[in-house]
Amino acid sequence: MESENNNHEEEHSSTGLNHKKLLMWTFLGSDCMFFAALIATYLVNMGNNPAGTPSPEDVFSIPITTVSTFVLLMSSMSMVLSYAALSQNRIKAFRVWLLSTVILGATFVGFQIFEFYEFANHQVKVECSDLLDDSKRERLTDLEIKIGNEKCIEGVKKVSEKVPLTPQVNLFGSTFFTLTGFHGGHVTFGIIWLLSLLIYSFRGNVSPLNLDLAALYWHFVDVVWIVIFTVVYLFGVFPGY
Amino acid sequence: MTAEEHNHPNASKYFKIAIILCALTALEFVVFYLEFLSYGIIPVLTVLSIGKFALVAMYYMHLKFDSKLFSVLFLTGLILASSVTIALMVLLDWF
Repeated sequence: MESENNNHEEEHSSTGLNHKKLLMWTFLGSDCMFFAALIATYLVNMGNNPAGTPSPEDVFSIPITTVSTFVLLMSSMSMVLSYAALSQNRIKAFRVWLLSTVILGATFVGFQIFEFYEFANHQVKVECSDLLDDSKRERLTDLEIKIGNEKCIEGVKKVSEKVPLTPQVNLFGSTFFTLTGFHGGHVTFGIIWLLSLLIYSFRGNVSPLNLDLAALYWHFVDVVWIVIFTVVYLFGVFPGY
Repeated sequence: MTAEEHNHPNASKYFKIAIILCALTALEFVVFYLEFLSYGIIPVLTVLSIGKFALVAMYYMHLKFDSKLFSVLFLTGLILASSVTIALMVLLDWF
């Protein structure tokens, strides 16, 4: 593996820098444009929804998304530890940290699938007494008030209605699923890339440079999620945004 | 190992950065539920998010230690992307 590592690291461009790494950074710079376009599209459309359809404050669960954000941040840590181990030729540690990254990445995707499933089966639940109490009523969303007003008739204490959020329901759904689905696709591709490196490592074919390229991609997916978590989720639920 | 790789942080530094990233995320979560901040949460959450972004880019992606050209390439994309976002939002009367 040592001679192969040296061969890879000698592949420099006219800038004196490794051309594969230069290409990866150029790709990451251009990929920012894709995500920026999707985030901007989400921001300008998330509030333009027909009455009776879910909005961000109806469906988002900030505690669950915070946990999935922790998971992705931890996967970035295990990724750099994997790179550090390979750079020091500690192959066993490299494999353990790389496998940890794959597992954490798959867990993040699992959270995303769970979230999509929950949104597609979203239930609106309203305590009818909340509609009569001003302090509780102001905490209800427009959708909850609408359903409460329609369904809370005399003698009914609690109403529940299925109001799914899918890409077809409203512009919030379309732009949200496109943005987070595009990000989830990136994570899935990253998992496949890391798994292939793990498998190749048993044939002695992985150089620190090859791992560095995959790591750059993986960390990029992480920084994009840092932006999505704040702009889409936290600001999305904040009433004044 | 190249000369650049010698400058990279060690495992303990990577671990410390992970703890800071987790702490910042926990802080974001707490700030989000502080109702008295009202519109003040927007700049606070923005600063926390930029801090996390910068930590990952500088230390985990090694921009702090690698060639400045990598930083220029990435920042160019990032500035263009931010400009596109703001332009689209202005164009569609978001502000």
